[in-house]
Amino acid sequence: MIPVLLILIPLVSGLLTFFIKKDSSARLGSLVAVVATLVVSVAGLTFAKDAANLSFDAEWLPALGSRFTVTLDGMGQLLCLLTAIAFPLIFIATWNTTYPNANRFYAFMLLSQAGLMGVFLATDALLFYFFWELALIPAYFLCSTWGGEKRIAVTFKFFIYTFLGSLLMLVALIYIYFQTPGDHSFALKSFYELTLKPDQQSWLFWMLFIAFAIKMPLFPFHTWQPDTYEQSPTATTMVLSGIMVKMGVFAVIRWLAPIVPGGLWGWGDTVAFLSMVGMIYASLLAMQQDDMKRLIAYSSIAHIGLMNLAIFSTTNAGMQGVMIQMFNHGINIIGMWIVVEIIERKYHTRKMSELGGLAQKAPGLAILFVVIALANVALPLTNAFIGEFLMFTGVFTSNVSKYNYIYTVVAGISIILSAIYTLNMIQKVFFGNTNSVTAAATDIRPNEKWVLAVIVVLIIVLGVYPQPILNLTEGTVNSILSKMITKHP
Amino acid sequence: MNAIVFSAILGVVMMFTGLLTSNKNIVRSVAILGMALLFTVNLLDIYNVHLFKVNVHEMLVFENFGLLFNAVAFGATLVYFLLSGRDFEKVGNHVAEYFALIFFISCGISLVTSYNSLLMLFLGIEIISIPLYILTGSDKRNLKSNEASLKYLLMGAFSTGLMLMGIALIYGAKGSFFLHAISLGNEAINPLMGAGMLLLLFSMSFKVSAAPFHFWTPDVYDGAPTVFTSYMATIVKGAGFIAFIRLFQTGFGSMHPHWQLAVAIITASTLLFGNITAVFQQSVKRMLAYSSIAQAGFMLLAIVSLSQKGNEGLFFYTAAYSLATIGIFAVLLKMKDYTFEGFNGLAKREPVLAATTTIFLLSLAGIPGTAGFMGKLYMLSAAVENGKVMWLVILAVLCAVISVYYYFRVIQAMYFKESQDATEIEASPVFKGLLIATAVAIILLGLFPQWLIDTLYFFTI
Repeated sequence: MIPVLLILIPLVSGLLTFFIKKDSSARLGSLVAVVATLVVSVAGLTFAKDAANLSFDAEWLPALGSRFTVTLDGMGQLLCLLTAIAFPLIFIATWNTTYPNANRFYAFMLLSQAGLMGVFLATDALLFYFFWELALIPAYFLCSTWGGEKRIAVTFKFFIYTFLGSLLMLVALIYIYFQTPGDHSFALKSFYELTLKPDQQSWLFWMLFIAFAIKMPLFPFHTWQPDTYEQSPTATTMVLSGIMVKMGVFAVIRWLAPIVPGGLWGWGDTVAFLSMVGMIYASLLAMQQDDMKRLIAYSSIAHIGLMNLAIFSTTNAGMQGVMIQMFNHGINIIGMWIVVEIIERKYHTRKMSELGGLAQKAPGLAILFVVIALANVALPLTNAFIGEFLMFTGVFTSNVSKYNYIYTVVAGISIILSAIYTLNMIQKVFFGNTNSVTAAATDIRPNEKWVLAVIVVLIIVLGVYPQPILNLTEGTVNSILSKMITKHP
Repeated sequence: MNAIVFSAILGVVMMFTGLLTSNKNIVRSVAILGMALLFTVNLLDIYNVHLFKVNVHEMLVFENFGLLFNAVAFGATLVYFLLSGRDFEKVGNHVAEYFALIFFISCGISLVTSYNSLLMLFLGIEIISIPLYILTGSDKRNLKSNEASLKYLLMGAFSTGLMLMGIALIYGAKGSFFLHAISLGNEAINPLMGAGMLLLLFSMSFKVSAAPFHFWTPDVYDGAPTVFTSYMATIVKGAGFIAFIRLFQTGFGSMHPHWQLAVAIITASTLLFGNITAVFQQSVKRMLAYSSIAQAGFMLLAIVSLSQKGNEGLFFYTAAYSLATIGIFAVLLKMKDYTFEGFNGLAKREPVLAATTTIFLLSLAGIPGTAGFMGKLYMLSAAVENGKVMWLVILAVLCAVISVYYYFRVIQAMYFKESQDATEIEASPVFKGLLIATAVAIILLGLFPQWLIDTLYFFTI
């Protein structure tokens, strides 16, 4: 029942929130809903983790061979937990932000959570596609309604881009469906049991991968991302960058690698090359940015590029690194956005050139932010270090490509670049002399401080003791890798 | 048979109603009741209750496929009467006649869904077309309406000519008008047969406004009174498709490999033309006219692939597309300004109209969770299953992305743009309730299409 609850709680509460007239009740109600989801998610990890509770299966479209099947495996647990943790943090951190038509805002946020949960839980291809789109529609309305000045055009680009990818994916899924034996089935299991011909795998790989690469986003499909992050209301940006980009990474692991491994190996070097170009290109662009939101957006592209590289290494260490990094990157980037939100609200600017000396005025904020920023650079003892270390090991020891040394070196350079732009940002914003804009600064509000404190605690705890997460995802990683290897020609 | 007889009788009844009373409310109520009756007697036919025994000499065959489509068409017409019936009065005073003409068209629809002889096909198509010429020109004092009507008549006559020639050639080749008799076995195609088939393909493409035979569509749809455009673009078009697929499945099915590429090219050009031109429209009404061409392109996939999935999909697509388009037109009729700007800020003024229109548009764009998605899914599945037209599938998908552009422009106008215009839109609570019911039906069909599929399976076995 756990997976059903994880989808139903946000879905139903989201639909109900449309009809709550009072803004403050809508806000409170949605907080209650997301906390309830978090409780359910934690229950699935602890006392209710027997197999019967973790999967659900019901008749849906027998004529098409599609069933309503949702299952929580290790990777699903991890990402659902991330989604469940992220939403309460986002709601609390933006508690004081007022939105016009707040009930609609919170309703769409909850609906997008339902969609995300569904994506991570669905083990039926058609159902997966349903949720994939269901997560997109609320995001479209959120960004277009409550975003910045250029929001309509920017969000539209984002929507068209992702919709194009989704439809290509749909065609690929239908094609694979017709390859399944007998009456055909959309079940993930029957997709896994299928061994497709090499030429089929080759083009199916791109049909699926473009959809996921757009979502991640991977160079050269990334052009929607910086604009959308910049224009969206910050709460939505947190959802987009913290969780929604993980849909792409997650989908490659679950819906691409074990189904068309031949295509993945065949095109591995091409994709790895794109990842490398993207990492370096995004890092260089991040160094040029003056707007904090855009800097973080580009830094996110660089990080995702590394995750993608690690998946294509198809090693145990690499995959485990991706798993842990999906969780950590989500937590860290939400922390970064919260700080940006605070700064923007107080000083009405996100431009680093106009800020300075905040550490003197807001020491609490400075300390918390420095820890989060160091995690973004993957300093040892922060959570990101474990993930990046494992991913580097995976890429380095990979035997699918001859160029793995080059990949490792380039990835290393991108980490150095990330240190440059992140530390540069800290320096410009928090240190130096105060100016007219920042002179009147005060320290942060308690709710923001608590949220950031929770994030910092997570960063440090997972940086020192990441074993629980590794244990959680070990089963998934092994089963994915073994499925890939059995199909090796 | 029930539907054919009843629709003809009801048409006459409507004309007399117009004679006996000038109260438009009564006329409308009679029409709505009549359509409900037609729907019911058609259902009776499906349940093997035949009210009339007429020897049709096998020129008509009442299979569940056709009868079920009748049910979809009459159901959609009923929704159309309920939503837009009141707007007939805006066109002119002869409300009863308009309803009568639509009942006659329904008679034509029941003919083309059940024909087994090319003569009946011709008869049905003509019974559909002639009332449509009149309806198109019913706004007598409007020059655009006159022009549209004339254009439609001339082009329609031309395509009917093509059809007759095609039928004549096929008769020359096979000596019969019956669908099963013109079907080829293993024999080679003779030139008469090939030419006849091609002419029929052209004339059917004309009727369903497939490119490059679509040029009449935008002008006619734009010029005709909006309330009738809604009917023409949905139910009539769906009927055309049923006639089309019946002819090419039963009659020319054995020659599928020979004509598949030709139909695929027609499909591709329809998709490209409809979608790309729709992007540049400034008026929502004209955009919907082009979008109807684009949607026809998707429906053509059923004919390209010719499979069980395609047939089921055609039902789905017609139902989904008709409901959504009728809904949008019903809202459009309430607007004073048909441009995209006219929709600015509608969400603030009329949240219910805006929300339901959004659902209709999402369904047309094929977003999961709506009936439109299921229709598209079936069409794509049918084409992928066929396997020979993967390029067409990719093209169709790319065109679906283009279609998002113009459908979402309306959503953007309604929700994200402001407007100074504060004129009241007269929309009664009943009207809103009906719109909501239609929207809910679209979502239910999108989430639990099993019901419709089960019905189809039950009857097609």
